[in-house]
Amino acid sequence: MAEVSVQNITKSFGSLKALNDVTMDFPDGGFFALLGPSGSGKTTLLRTIAGFIFADSGSIRIGDEFVENTPVEKRDIGMMFQNYALFPNMTVADNIGFGLRVRKVGATEEKRRIGEALELVQLGQHGDRKPHQLSGGQRQRVALARAIVTNPRVLLLDEPLSALDKALRVDMQFELKRIQREIGITTVFVTHDQEEALTLSDKIGILRDGKMIQAGPPREVYNNPVDLFTAAFLGEANILSDISGDGADIRTPANLPAGGTLAVRPENITISTSKPGEDAISTCQAVLERRVFAGAMATCILRNNGTDIKVISRDQDIPPNIAEGDQLWLSWPVEKTLSISGS
Amino acid sequence: MSTVLANQERLRIFGLLSPAYLWLTVAIFLPLSAMLYFSFLSEVPFGDAEWSHTTENYEAFFQTSTYAILLWKSIRLGLIVTLVSVLVGFPCAYVLAKVIKGRSREALFLLVILPFWSNSLVRIFSWAIVLRGNGVLEIGLNAVLPFEVDVNLMFSTPAIVIGLVHSYLPYIILTSYLALQAIDDNLIDAARSMSANKLTILWRIILPLSLPGLLAGAVLIFVPVVGSFMEPRILGGRVGTYFGTVIEDQFVAVYNWPLGAALSFILLAVVLLILAVASPVLRRAQT
Repeated sequence: MAEVSVQNITKSFGSLKALNDVTMDFPDGGFFALLGPSGSGKTTLLRTIAGFIFADSGSIRIGDEFVENTPVEKRDIGMMFQNYALFPNMTVADNIGFGLRVRKVGATEEKRRIGEALELVQLGQHGDRKPHQLSGGQRQRVALARAIVTNPRVLLLDEPLSALDKALRVDMQFELKRIQREIGITTVFVTHDQEEALTLSDKIGILRDGKMIQAGPPREVYNNPVDLFTAAFLGEANILSDISGDGADIRTPANLPAGGTLAVRPENITISTSKPGEDAISTCQAVLERRVFAGAMATCILRNNGTDIKVISRDQDIPPNIAEGDQLWLSWPVEKTLSISGS
Repeated sequence: MSTVLANQERLRIFGLLSPAYLWLTVAIFLPLSAMLYFSFLSEVPFGDAEWSHTTENYEAFFQTSTYAILLWKSIRLGLIVTLVSVLVGFPCAYVLAKVIKGRSREALFLLVILPFWSNSLVRIFSWAIVLRGNGVLEIGLNAVLPFEVDVNLMFSTPAIVIGLVHSYLPYIILTSYLALQAIDDNLIDAARSMSANKLTILWRIILPLSLPGLLAGAVLIFVPVVGSFMEPRILGGRVGTYFGTVIEDQFVAVYNWPLGAALSFILLAVVLLILAVASPVLRRAQT
């Protein structure tokens, strides 16, 4: 177990700057997400930490050791790949034991640790199977067991859950978190799924075009996005600049930086048929365009003066008997208004 | 209704399969059966020749040790050529499949298949020009080296091996290439992340996973080389007497077709036996 620190990493592939002066700290024992759209450099950053890619400049520290010139074989990391990369010619036990065999821990020690790892991922009875005999979720567990069995200093996960269907993915999120907590290993994972990043991690680093846009705890990043990209990427955000019309009263939070943009997340807006009377709220009127029922939750799209506003709320909190085309009131608390600096 | 569909499906399958099987029947099975029949005759039943049924041709193989010795010599040649081809071809296939990307790969691939494009006889005679005393190889070496060397590989076993490897190398490269290309690069990365060195990765991951292709290529080389006659005759001269050349002699020189046919079937039987004995080992290696 060790803390990881990435300082001013830059990496170019030809004319493309895949990583541009990226800095992020990963404290010991935490669970960290690198989040970004495809091509943002998040996988490049993970592979640079792993040692498959050497950065052009900058430093990487694992524990007390600077490793930017150390190849992956000597970095003592555990890595789990997107498609799991299990060796198809070996049994589950041999897959897990591969790293132990390389380290020459001895037959009895090897057997004991394979057994422990199998227990940890709840696959005790499956050691003799071949990977192709396992389900997707089981393969994922084997890949995880294989990555941690050597007690690496860091666990790196490349889109670990993306190959699973949704129900299994939620199960595995909890499972992954449980195992990570149990062994207390510093874990960095790459994902393009913002919900996954918010659910799992202690800290999220958001990348775009090779730059680290924002890094911080999920709630902080979600509630105080540094720019519109981050606001829109982590969930959804209604931009309030063009809201106008009769009854439009957009209140500015006290802490808004100069030249900033106001936005509000869909789940913080309340729909009502008459003007709400409370203080300390922002209001505006809008016409209901569409209402989409999805079980417990419902999504409404409303239009104010050419701007679409999205509202997500519990279906029962939406006034009954409203129809498409109705003029409605929207309101949200001032403290839920996002104030975004820059563009 | 479903039986009509099933019948249509069966008809379609039959239609797709029959051209190939018809061709194989006419082009291989019929001549081969004729040969099998000949091998049990005393004389070729052409013209006025007196002929009778006999097993003498097969007995001839066992009456003297010459044939068995030559057969063993041919099998050994097959093993050597296969081994050299594997040692030369597998690394080449690895680089083509895993190291080189993009357009230069296509160009290099073309060079690999080039032997297929030239006439085999032309190819062998070109080697004769290279390998003979005062040939291209000797002149070339003497031009580079500071001291005089005599290189006359012509009419020797190495010459035969060189010629055969040249002819059959593309097989092992192509089959290995296909097998190697199917190996997910992430497997290699995964092994590296577990601190495995290159040798371990080769031995425990790349070799086992590419073994089916490697073995297919080896069989494709071994079988024809055991029966080869052109390379041994032209490049081997006096030392180039092999089981294949003896069979050829029976057909084109001695005109003893029945003996030639019998020897061919003995060769076929021995090769099949070798593959049958080896197959459980090969199958285990693949799983």
